[in-house]
Amino acid sequence: MQAIGRVPVLGALFGTRLNAVISLAMLALMAWLLPPLFRWAFADAVWEAANRAACQAAGTGACWAFIRARFALFFYGLYPEPERWRADVGLLLLAVIGAGALLARRHKGWWLLALITVAPVGGGILLAGGVFGLKPIPTPQWGGLLLNVVISFVALAGAMPLGVALAFGRRSQFPVVRMLSIAMIEFWRGVPLLTVLFMGLVLLPLFLPGGVTVDNLVRALIVMTLFTAAYMAETIRGGLQGVAKGQSEAAEALGMHPMQVQVLVVLPQALRLSIPGIINIAVDLFKDTTLVSIVGLFDLMGVVTQSMKDPAWLGLAAEGYTFAAVVFFLACLVISMGGSLLERRYGQASRR
Amino acid sequence: MRIRNKAWAWQATTAGAVVAVLLWFSHNLSANLAIRGMQVDFAFLWQRSGFDIPFRLVAWDNSYTYGYALVVSGVNTLFAAALCVVLASLLGLLLALMRLSGNPLAVGFSRTSIEVVRNTPQLTQIVFFYFAVLQVLPPMRQSLQWGSGIFLNVRGLYIPSPSGVLWDWIVAGTCIVVLLVAVLWRRFSWHELPRIVVLPPLLVAGVVIAGFTASWELPALKGFNFVGGIRIPPELLALVLGITIYTSVFIAEIIRAAIQGIHHGQSEAARSLGLSSGQSMFLVILPQALRILIPPLTSQYLNIIKSTTLGAAIAYPEILQIFARTVLNQSGRAVEVMTLVLGVFLAINLITSAIMNAWNRRLALQGR
Amino acid sequence: MRRWTEMLCRGATRLLAGGAAALIVGGIAHAQLAPPPGPTAEAIKKRGMLNCGIDTGVPGFAAQDASGKWKGIDIDYCRALAAAVLGDPEKIKYVPTTAAARFTVLQSGEIDVLIRDSTLTFTRSTVLGLDQVAVNFYAGQGFLVKKSLGVSKAADLQGATICTVTGATLELNIADFARSTGAKIDTLLFDKAEEAIAAMEAGRCDGYTDDSGSLAGMRSTLKVPGDWMVLPDLISKEPLGIHIRSGDARWNKIVFWLDTALKSAEEFGVTQANADQLKTTSKDPFVLRLLGVEGDFGKALGLDNDWALKAIKVSGNYGEMYDRYFGPKALDLPRGLNNLYNKGGMHYTLPLR
Repeated sequence: MQAIGRVPVLGALFGTRLNAVISLAMLALMAWLLPPLFRWAFADAVWEAANRAACQAAGTGACWAFIRARFALFFYGLYPEPERWRADVGLLLLAVIGAGALLARRHKGWWLLALITVAPVGGGILLAGGVFGLKPIPTPQWGGLLLNVVISFVALAGAMPLGVALAFGRRSQFPVVRMLSIAMIEFWRGVPLLTVLFMGLVLLPLFLPGGVTVDNLVRALIVMTLFTAAYMAETIRGGLQGVAKGQSEAAEALGMHPMQVQVLVVLPQALRLSIPGIINIAVDLFKDTTLVSIVGLFDLMGVVTQSMKDPAWLGLAAEGYTFAAVVFFLACLVISMGGSLLERRYGQASRR
Repeated sequence: MRIRNKAWAWQATTAGAVVAVLLWFSHNLSANLAIRGMQVDFAFLWQRSGFDIPFRLVAWDNSYTYGYALVVSGVNTLFAAALCVVLASLLGLLLALMRLSGNPLAVGFSRTSIEVVRNTPQLTQIVFFYFAVLQVLPPMRQSLQWGSGIFLNVRGLYIPSPSGVLWDWIVAGTCIVVLLVAVLWRRFSWHELPRIVVLPPLLVAGVVIAGFTASWELPALKGFNFVGGIRIPPELLALVLGITIYTSVFIAEIIRAAIQGIHHGQSEAARSLGLSSGQSMFLVILPQALRILIPPLTSQYLNIIKSTTLGAAIAYPEILQIFARTVLNQSGRAVEVMTLVLGVFLAINLITSAIMNAWNRRLALQGR
Repeated sequence: MRRWTEMLCRGATRLLAGGAAALIVGGIAHAQLAPPPGPTAEAIKKRGMLNCGIDTGVPGFAAQDASGKWKGIDIDYCRALAAAVLGDPEKIKYVPTTAAARFTVLQSGEIDVLIRDSTLTFTRSTVLGLDQVAVNFYAGQGFLVKKSLGVSKAADLQGATICTVTGATLELNIADFARSTGAKIDTLLFDKAEEAIAAMEAGRCDGYTDDSGSLAGMRSTLKVPGDWMVLPDLISKEPLGIHIRSGDARWNKIVFWLDTALKSAEEFGVTQANADQLKTTSKDPFVLRLLGVEGDFGKALGLDNDWALKAIKVSGNYGEMYDRYFGPKALDLPRGLNNLYNKGGMHYTLPLR
């Protein structure tokens, strides 16, 4: 025991009796889980086959040939093949502006402005078409991961201002505004997303005048935006409470308009404090976009489930779900990493 | 004065606009339903349901009404949610302590599992756990058996069920006594004892005494299934496992942040008083951390309640499955059914928030 | 800077109020007009697009292939209908609908017709306010069970646990079956068939129940299909067919006679390949009327006279459609009740005269 204690890594692992027990338990767990998983996913997996029968003949592991055959479908849904470059360019635009906002040393404000104006408008024009000679692509053809990205980006961009408004509304001195904000926030936080999505996508036409319909995707976007805004409002309210009162008093003493005080002095500091919470909301939102498959929109999860019904590939649920889980894991990891970068770049000012 | 009038005019306009929109919606709804020869009518709630519910905690057979199906499934939802709240809090605490412990494997395991769990969709996890549970449990004809009355297999955990008039009365009486003692705790002189030391043993003692008076029905294998006794289905186990693990990583992060938010001097002071590290954690740090972490914890508890709806994917009979699927499908009353489901969830969640807020206020007051 | 932002702030207060109103008004302005319940066919022609409600995925009825194209007998029906009304089988907007949402989507006017392996029942026709136009697939509810259970008929399932999917008539039929036979059958309801099947394979249930049209396909997806068998008896009648909104007699007639035309085409030997040729060579007055050479049958429906010819040329007659998805080269389901009446089946077409 003494000898082990002196080697740095081993010491931390086996230094005390409790540590040794924990370490052995962890190692046993890994030894039990990892080898069969590795055999299924890699060693015995089949990467090329024409259908499930051929896959089963070739090996006993996962049938990744299914994923390869459907790869484009998983990413673009029914978006027509010759037009897919538009989706790529749109995502690239979003990625470049997003990266710019994260990494730029100067003109941070302009990059952020571009992120909430150029990215949605440009991306929307690219994807929907109908102008500049771009062929219009109706929204039912949007699908796959593209749809998850579109929904989560739009919902997040829409929920930001709405969340700020609701957060201020909840602190408002006007009782009516306060009550309405509270009612709005508590309603959306109190109901399962699945049920409100169902309500919005299936029952909404019954609440509109006869004959008026709203595009299915737009409805999902509205529901997701309102749902996210309620959570955003609570996070930002937390941030607002974290801003020292002296800040607004000082600004008022300088003769600023009350709204100027809130928007120019309090809000920026509050947003800075809320960055970690906002990132959590973004990750949750991205995962929750899978729920739209339940109401008949074909996001990545919807396309995966749908692909399992193809008579040539019946019975490959494990492969489909594993693939979807890995894609979501990677995407969420990117959001979290971007988030911590954001926190470091923008959150720091308060600590200086 | 002018400004105040303006403000009120502003508010009245806002309120008026909201009311107008709501009226507009309801007007459209009635017009649309009229065109289709339908109407909003809750009378269907009193019709015979005709279906069975495979797992329930209160009496049910297919002669009961749709309305009562909402009660039965609501109890199932609350039961699963309550289990998840308790277990997720405990597991979250464990993960947080592991993360703060020095062991690199424990820290690594805690961090990896937190990253994996929080970055994959919850529904995928619940489905995964369901099939993992089904894989691990033995087939029915090779059940694990303890004594003559407890069986565990892929169909669930079977335990003997007690019955008898005396049993009912003693159990009900014990519950009332425990509840009274809990509420009137401060009136008694022995409140130096923590409540947690007194109340659970009291409850257990009451149930054990009642157990001697009851007649026990043992589960037995008959035909395709075990018959008799109480069955805890694997769906409940998987749902609780899935939600508990998912929520516990968020709770772990909340607890970790709260513990780290307690001033370092507190643990140093506790140590210098001669408390062990465990004692200083549970008697000094955590009670103070509790104060910071109740508001974010409330959000997680609300999420748990809402997540139980994912049980519909793995055949757990909760509100969404029984009411929004089966009853909606049978009766065709979409507007009424969905309104009830939204209303029930809203009510449950508002009550939960109210309780947590009250607890938060009491803790905050005690601190001063 | 200060003054500038101050003006901005004052403006913003007013903008906020106006913005909310503008959002609501704008949202409605951007909404497109859906057909009011009534002259559905006119609305489709004006729109140049048929909105066809389909399943989100069930083998043989509606499923996407690797390129994302919808395939299945329900899809062929949508395409034939679009060809008959609009002259182009591609002018369709497919609206995949979940079991729970399908009828509400139809009621709300979002789709013109629901062709989605849906059973025609009393409640759906009355309480839900729908018209049930035609049956395009006769199914019944059957059971898939493990051979080693030693069960030979549905009545033997006393005390068994059965997995199935929720939101359909399946769960209701089991409850009725159990009540009428006095048997006790536990049902376990899943959202998706994959999960229900996997749970059954894991031993959670003794069997799986679904429409007979789906069971054969499901059995082929199992790890060891040979261990499982489909019980010979069916516990229910499941006439799967076409729903439309009530109150549009003309649209009802178009859909009804399209179904008849597809089945009559099989009866009189008109196929996708020979339809054009038969138009000139056939001597059979039924065929000539069907293909629009004689009579004004299309006009009577408010369509072109070659409406049925266009429909048949899209994906063939009813028998060809069946073979494509359920024949020996596909899911391999014997035609049984789905044969024509003169071959021992149920499809008895009304005469075109």
